[in-house]
Amino acid sequence: MTSLISDNAQSCCVLSPVQGPAGSELKRRIQELCGENVLECYQCGECTAGCPVAYAMDIAPNQVLRLAQLGLEDEVLSSSAIWLCAGCETCYTRCPKGVALSRVMDACRQLALERGVKPKELSIAKFHDQFLTEVRRFGRVHELTLTALYKMRTRDFFSDVFTGIQMFLKGKLALIPSLVKGRDEIRKLFARPRRGSSEK
Amino acid sequence: MRIGVFVCWCGSNIAKTVDVEKVVEAAREMPGVVYATDYKYMCSEPGQNIIQDAIKEHKLDRIVVASCSPRLHEPTFQRCVEAAGLNPYMVEMANIREQCSWVHDRTPEATQHAIDLVRMAVAKVAKNEPLTRSRLGITRKALVIGGGVAGIQAALDIADAGYPVVLVERTPSIGGHMAQYDKTFPTLDCAACILTPKMVDCASHPLIEIWSYSEVEEVNGFVGNFEVKVRRRAKSVDESKCTGCGLCLEKCPVKDIPSEFDEGTGTRRAIYRPFPQSVPNKPVIDRDHCRYFQTGKCGVCQKICPVGAIDYEQQDQVVTEKFGAIVVATGFDVWRDERAMAQFGYGKYPDVISSLQFERLMNASGPTDGKIVRPSDGKTPRSIAFISCVGSRDEEHGYPYCSKVCCMYNAKQALLAKDKLHDVQTYVFYMDIRANGKGYEEFVRRTIEEYGANYIRGRVSRVYPDGDQLVVKGADTLLGRPLEVRVDLVVLATAMKPHDDAKELARKLGISTDQYDWFSEAHPKLRPVEVLTDGIYLAGACQYPKDIPDTVAQASGAASKVVGLFSKEAILSEAMTAYVNEDTCVGCGLCVEVCPFGAIELVEVVDREKSTRDNQVMKKVARVNEGVCKGCGTCAAACRSGSARLRGFDTKQILAEIDALADAALAGRQ
Repeated sequence: MTSLISDNAQSCCVLSPVQGPAGSELKRRIQELCGENVLECYQCGECTAGCPVAYAMDIAPNQVLRLAQLGLEDEVLSSSAIWLCAGCETCYTRCPKGVALSRVMDACRQLALERGVKPKELSIAKFHDQFLTEVRRFGRVHELTLTALYKMRTRDFFSDVFTGIQMFLKGKLALIPSLVKGRDEIRKLFARPRRGSSEK
Repeated sequence: MRIGVFVCWCGSNIAKTVDVEKVVEAAREMPGVVYATDYKYMCSEPGQNIIQDAIKEHKLDRIVVASCSPRLHEPTFQRCVEAAGLNPYMVEMANIREQCSWVHDRTPEATQHAIDLVRMAVAKVAKNEPLTRSRLGITRKALVIGGGVAGIQAALDIADAGYPVVLVERTPSIGGHMAQYDKTFPTLDCAACILTPKMVDCASHPLIEIWSYSEVEEVNGFVGNFEVKVRRRAKSVDESKCTGCGLCLEKCPVKDIPSEFDEGTGTRRAIYRPFPQSVPNKPVIDRDHCRYFQTGKCGVCQKICPVGAIDYEQQDQVVTEKFGAIVVATGFDVWRDERAMAQFGYGKYPDVISSLQFERLMNASGPTDGKIVRPSDGKTPRSIAFISCVGSRDEEHGYPYCSKVCCMYNAKQALLAKDKLHDVQTYVFYMDIRANGKGYEEFVRRTIEEYGANYIRGRVSRVYPDGDQLVVKGADTLLGRPLEVRVDLVVLATAMKPHDDAKELARKLGISTDQYDWFSEAHPKLRPVEVLTDGIYLAGACQYPKDIPDTVAQASGAASKVVGLFSKEAILSEAMTAYVNEDTCVGCGLCVEVCPFGAIELVEVVDREKSTRDNQVMKKVARVNEGVCKGCGTCAAACRSGSARLRGFDTKQILAEIDALADAALAGRQ
């Protein structure tokens, strides 16, 4: 078995707080965006143990929090983990300290976009964006439009086609989008500046 | 000789495996047995009545009870026969429960085994002789060795119960390590605020004598009757005249001696008291550094003293005093091995300090008046790294054990540092956080969550200077990555260790130590305050690393043991003790070596065989101190000439047992 440290020897963390307040800045922004104090985490690993998508992540969910505690912003924001998080909240349900990691993940995604960090999982970011575009337009998601536009954006036309046909045949994919009442209010909601970014 | 045998059923414990009736029948045929019977519960009141009635009716003079372990009920049956007029040592127990019925199935062999055990007991009891326990007096005065918080608490508790105490302390003041601390976890009580009232209580208590600047030289005797020699070192200050005004402390020209109390972070003079609230509050002269004692010239303190208390002619006094009990409360030392700590640059870089030194820097009565500054340039640090487990949990360089308190004082120091210096960044390198005490875990979380201490899980490999800062190279094992942090000050949580001379004191006291030289308790769970030697008790960190609450609790425990001992009218000595036949003893000293209680010593006696009327020849023989002997029999087993014997387990008794067993086997077991 090789040691963990030598595997990652090239990526030694250098903490130099005296030269700048960057470390505590990340903690502060996360708390501002989602209300969670990352220092509350004591790294027991319960979140990683229960996470259904941890296997696919480049760093484990508890390490996202650990990096945030150390203020290593670039590493957190450029990870795939923050994008792969499905927001199922198993971590939050089981966390002995009551840290809502799923909210921290969300805050990190926001921060990544805000700071112009290219999402490690670009297609997921595009899906999120398309999803919100749908909601803004119709007040709810129209699956067929979402799928079509998502495929246009990612230029991946053929994956899941068979599933799509089956869903269509079973009447799961409506041809015409249904609209909700009060779409004006929804647009107003989207137009309202986000609290977190108001100072920028 | 009229032996009675009483076989117990122990409900079904014995009777379901052993044919009790058959055992009784067989016992009736054994030599010397005039009466045998059985009963369901021999230890019950009706059972004991059966024995007492039989003693009277059949004029029995020796009794065998075949039942359980003597450990459980020998005292019961001894009291029973004593009430019927027999000597209590004329009872033997045949253990046919633990050593027979519990380990066998119901077979004829099980019953035969029980019969054999009874046969052996009968053979042995035939050779028993009446023994008596002598009553020993008690000197109702306690000696407490060590004037830290453990010794202070023990002394106060014993004295409050009404018994006089002598508190011996090696340094010029009582108070110990606790007096050095700034605040205490997890309540952040100021250490001095809660300790100094207790120190003053000790000084003013009519039943407590404080012998500071003194050391125990020799301990003799046994429980209730110890005779202790204490060297009271010359203070060169006449305590009866000194008012503690402190004028001499200001005028002494030797100023640059590193202060032991400040762990070298400050200095003291040649005439000094360790700290302003010292008890007793009168200074002593450190003769090794005093200009008068070294060169014969100076005498400033004598000239300046308004009451003429300075006495250069004072001599050490060796005082011998009797005590009934001793509480050992000598505490701990901290690991100071600079070579082993080279990786952290301790002793090399001035800004790498120990936790105890940091404690003095934070303390308002310390050398910096409580300002946290770097020893190198006096600047306020903007970042501090605390390194745990320095010498603890380190088999290769220090000690394999956990020092138990470091996790907590690291958290406390990180919290207080942040409290005093608002913009300081704190880093705590740890292996595990061990915060198992009341309010401890919550305290550590508070340090992390509210005071923003950066806890990093991993040991530190190296500390090296870079500019005027220090780089700490460690790892974050939670991320599995190496990590570096630049800081202004590094604080090492050095291991707690026994004093270098702990083993020496243990030898004087005749108590044992473990592999690290911590004093050993009699039983790790059920007798944590006692040692194997009666009348000596342990309090505090001289036994193992302890925090203040545990130390104080144990000190009160030790005090209650002392008070319990002193409230007895007299001590009954063991009856089953060893003795030495001085005519046959060759004085080889093997028994002295093997005795676990230090009860045997070699003495010189007249050799009656070789001496003539005109020429007295002396020889060395072993002699057992019966007050100390516990009757374990190790000496009797080790003695090559058969001179050391154990009462109640004499060779002839044990041989009789073996003969009885062999005879039965030879006779083909009828």
